[in-house]
Amino acid sequence: MFGRKKKVQTRSDAVIEAHVANSKIVVSNLRKAYVTKRMETVAIADVSIEILDNEFVSIVGPSGCGKSTLLRILAGLDEATGGTAILDDKLIDDPGADRGMVFQTYTLFPWLTVEENIHFGLKIRKIPKKQADEIVDRYLEIIKLKPFRKSYPKELSGGMQQRVAIARALANSPKVLLMDEPFGALDSQTKSEMQLLMRQIWQVDKPTVVFITHDIEEAVFLSTRVYVMSGQPSVIKANIPIYLSYRRSLELKDTTEFIEYRHKITALLHDKEANADVES
Amino acid sequence: MRKLFRIRTKIDIKLYNALALGVFLLVLILWTMLSEGGSISQIFLPSPKSVLTYLIHVFGSGQIWPDIGISAYRIFMGFVIAAVIGIPLGILAGTFNFAEALIQPLTEFIRYMPVPAFVPLIMVWFGIDESAKIALIFLGTLFQLIPMVADNVRAVPEDLLSAAYTLGAKRITVIMKVIIPAIAPRTMDTLRIMIGWAWTYLIVAELVAANSGLGYNILKAQRYLKTDAIFGGILIIGCLGLLTDRLFALANRKLFPWAEGGK
Repeated sequence: MFGRKKKVQTRSDAVIEAHVANSKIVVSNLRKAYVTKRMETVAIADVSIEILDNEFVSIVGPSGCGKSTLLRILAGLDEATGGTAILDDKLIDDPGADRGMVFQTYTLFPWLTVEENIHFGLKIRKIPKKQADEIVDRYLEIIKLKPFRKSYPKELSGGMQQRVAIARALANSPKVLLMDEPFGALDSQTKSEMQLLMRQIWQVDKPTVVFITHDIEEAVFLSTRVYVMSGQPSVIKANIPIYLSYRRSLELKDTTEFIEYRHKITALLHDKEANADVES
Repeated sequence: MRKLFRIRTKIDIKLYNALALGVFLLVLILWTMLSEGGSISQIFLPSPKSVLTYLIHVFGSGQIWPDIGISAYRIFMGFVIAAVIGIPLGILAGTFNFAEALIQPLTEFIRYMPVPAFVPLIMVWFGIDESAKIALIFLGTLFQLIPMVADNVRAVPEDLLSAAYTLGAKRITVIMKVIIPAIAPRTMDTLRIMIGWAWTYLIVAELVAANSGLGYNILKAQRYLKTDAIFGGILIIGCLGLLTDRLFALANRKLFPWAEGGK
């Protein structure tokens, strides 16, 4: 009768208020555990990260450290057992077009041609045909596959397929691009080419990217910042900003600064106490 | 000689064809020798010549066409009804776990019941008109089809579905635009296998409860001990089965140029 119903502040609201306004993604105390009959397997113990707009952030860690699970939670493909993941002030609990993803496995739709694959998300979002065609053309140009627009995925090499997968995700103009070891299955030559292409795309369009890899060199080359994850228990061990030149070419990998970063992260991964000025 | 026994290594295509053709010829020669040699009576083993004469006669006079027509009609109807009901049920069972619980255990149970044993029951229910044969073919194929289609759905890579979700697809879009196109070639192949079963059940139905069709023709020939007609009938059914099989395989290649092996 008297007084209004007290507004209940939800947990996610509290988390949002607690964080800086310009953070794109805020992950707080995330935990993921699988309960089987006999025991509980902890995939992610306690992870908190923040990603800003236009950042290219890599997460490196040994296999089985839960980095892929973390990415799948950000995509909304997996549910966390505890903690929160927030994108632009909204709790992530479902997959959506605002979080594009590129997988390690080849995930082009085999029954669609290259251009139809890039069209897929645009069609779902009901982008007008003319505008959609322009977007597809632009991305075919960027990934240098215009002559292959009518080809089916089975006619493409692995590297080409991953280029189309990147274009397909970016054409949807997602708020963040999630990449789960996208070059892991490629030969080293193709892998370097893909890294250069990815870096160039980022330099031009500045998409916000979260990139999972166990390849330290790849992480340093591509990123503006690298999170190092540890195995057991899986937590964030270090947060390392990469201060290297903005326009990067593959020669960068041979410079002393680059190699220093590589050594620092390698040491962290191998559990030696690196005498590095590690933040957070 | 050592070349022939290399594990999983292709041999010369000419040699391959010659070997395949040679086996056919060998069977034909053995058959001729046994039947013409006089050691086995014509009633037990008619000679290739008399079977050929029979085939020329029935095709020449055209008297076999109505039988082929009615048999093909029964196959087509039973098979189409089974496909129209079985494919959606298979997709449901492969997609949703609750649907699997509702559909699959029961299907697997019925699947192991011998279909020919249903013939008396079907005759009680449907009499001996067309619906009886169609019902038998339907029963024989439906319960094989459902779990096979469900398995096709389960074989669609999880990441393909995940990719669709991250491109903005909702569940219904994932089913319509990812699962269904993804299983299409495999399901076509499943149907190709099914039509082979359908031919078997057709003959079962026509042997026991029909007064027309290829199976009935064989039964009629048996009454008069016309073994050449029995041989001829079996050959016709074999060739028709092979023909439908090849047609399905061809359609699969042409309809799905994107699939492995498609053109």
